[in-house]
Amino acid sequence: MQSINNINEPTGTEKPILNVKGLTVRYGKGCPHCMNGGELNKNTCPKCHTVWAANGVDIELYKGEILGIVGESGSGKSTLMKSIYFDFPVTEGEAYISSYMDGKKNIFDVNLQQKKFIRNNIMGMVYQNPVLGLRMDYSAAGNIAEKLIAAGGRNFGKMTERAKGLLDSVEILEERMKEPPKNFSGGMQQRVQISKALANNPEVLLLDEVTTGLDLSVQAKVLDLIRMIRQEFGVSILLVSHDLAVIRMLADRTVVMLDGKVIERGLTDQILDDPQHPYTQQLVHSLL
Amino acid sequence: MERRDYNFGFLDENSKREIRRCLLKAVAIPGYQVPFGSRELPIGRGWGTGGIQVTLSIIGKEDVLKVIDQGSDDSVNAVNIKKLVKSCTNVEITTDSEEATIIQTRHRIPETPMRGDQILVLQVPTPEPLRVVEPRESVTKQMHAETEYSTMWLTLYEDIIKCGKIGISSEYPVFVENRYVMNPSPIPRYDTPKLNDSETLYLFGAGREKKIYAIPPHTKVIPLEFEDVPFETEDFSGKKCHLCGAENVYLDEITDENGNTYYECSDTGFCAKRRAENAKH
Repeated sequence: MQSINNINEPTGTEKPILNVKGLTVRYGKGCPHCMNGGELNKNTCPKCHTVWAANGVDIELYKGEILGIVGESGSGKSTLMKSIYFDFPVTEGEAYISSYMDGKKNIFDVNLQQKKFIRNNIMGMVYQNPVLGLRMDYSAAGNIAEKLIAAGGRNFGKMTERAKGLLDSVEILEERMKEPPKNFSGGMQQRVQISKALANNPEVLLLDEVTTGLDLSVQAKVLDLIRMIRQEFGVSILLVSHDLAVIRMLADRTVVMLDGKVIERGLTDQILDDPQHPYTQQLVHSLL
Repeated sequence: MERRDYNFGFLDENSKREIRRCLLKAVAIPGYQVPFGSRELPIGRGWGTGGIQVTLSIIGKEDVLKVIDQGSDDSVNAVNIKKLVKSCTNVEITTDSEEATIIQTRHRIPETPMRGDQILVLQVPTPEPLRVVEPRESVTKQMHAETEYSTMWLTLYEDIIKCGKIGISSEYPVFVENRYVMNPSPIPRYDTPKLNDSETLYLFGAGREKKIYAIPPHTKVIPLEFEDVPFETEDFSGKKCHLCGAENVYLDEITDENGNTYYECSDTGFCAKRRAENAKH
């Protein structure tokens, strides 16, 4: 089995599986000051009070890698993730997935059906709050089946087998697959979410603060699970966290965000051991 | 005697015209719920006012009307509707499905196969099939527009995984022409296959919810079913009507005060006709 630390480090010639360019999410109409790059008060225009939740973000995710995204609350991490997953409308920007139309089609510029196809077949999302990603009153198996149904699955037996296999891989007993996630602990709910996100063998997995709110032992289990998923499923993972220990443990490369902008990027060890930007230095020193 | 203080068919001509326009749109887009301005009637909303408005808008002087309620020609609801239509149109009323040109019904499709020159008007309490999974009208409209029916399929999946079978007894959701999921009104599962590739025109009216929809003749109407869990109707094998002896029909189960259980035809007009024929022989 390949070592975690040298899986698919980008070589420079490799094409990214997900390439996001200039992603901007703006709340407000903007004014000549902020639209022409004038100085903002954090991410808010001092003149028109337009909020720039994400401001020209570029990221590249390579096959099989885990790309960490760190930053304080309100820095635009979750906005970035949810925009890529079409939960939020994007104001400007482009994103390309190498396996979708040969990577030539901007996925922010496709119709509703194509967006559904991408959401259900190419991407999987795990939210910080399981309520956003799961139907708490439906069975755990039903939650996974929902994703399979959305992708066109109409065979009850095959879908149930798939759900059973996925729940088994995240260590949820077969006996509990008929139970609704509201009966489960927080860690179990996250594991059901992860298995749901993996239902259609996505190429890109988006993990938004998946360990936040979990106690340390459960956090460790979820982190082990993410490593296992990367190894077994070969999926590329975009991992948002404000916990630098999680990022150090999992991410191959890391992007640091502040006030909706990317302020530093590089190999995780490089970012955490030798931060260049004053904010990253402050972040690293305040936590380590 | 014809009532002269109301317009023919109770509703004014403009109202009837608007409803007929909605009906035409409904026929043109099978399974699509067309909103309409549901009028006040001398019957409370929820008592068949949608069906009555559709009937009153399409009925002509030459028509012969039959009204049934859960298969019965003589229930209070059916009798009241018949009286209303009779009093404001003076059309002929019948209990014979074959004689009728328009049949208004609640909860059943007659046993006698319908012909192309007949129209079946169904009263609908809840026209929106997605209401069980989504309470917001704006969202269900969007779901229909996007053909986003995964949640509907998911409820069927949940039924099977929790109970071993689909537990919907009536209003079984159907897929119309591979486009719209539709509520066939609270007909039993036994009647659902009759909607597919039918000779007759089915019109659905929901007065309280202000919606009209239709299944024109020879439309593909398929119940939602998984590839490996086929749709099943109620099974009456080995049972027959204790009055007319009919088999392979939809039967009502009746238990008398002595605890004896017996079955009789749900369609009373069909049963009465069979008994009359049996008596002749």
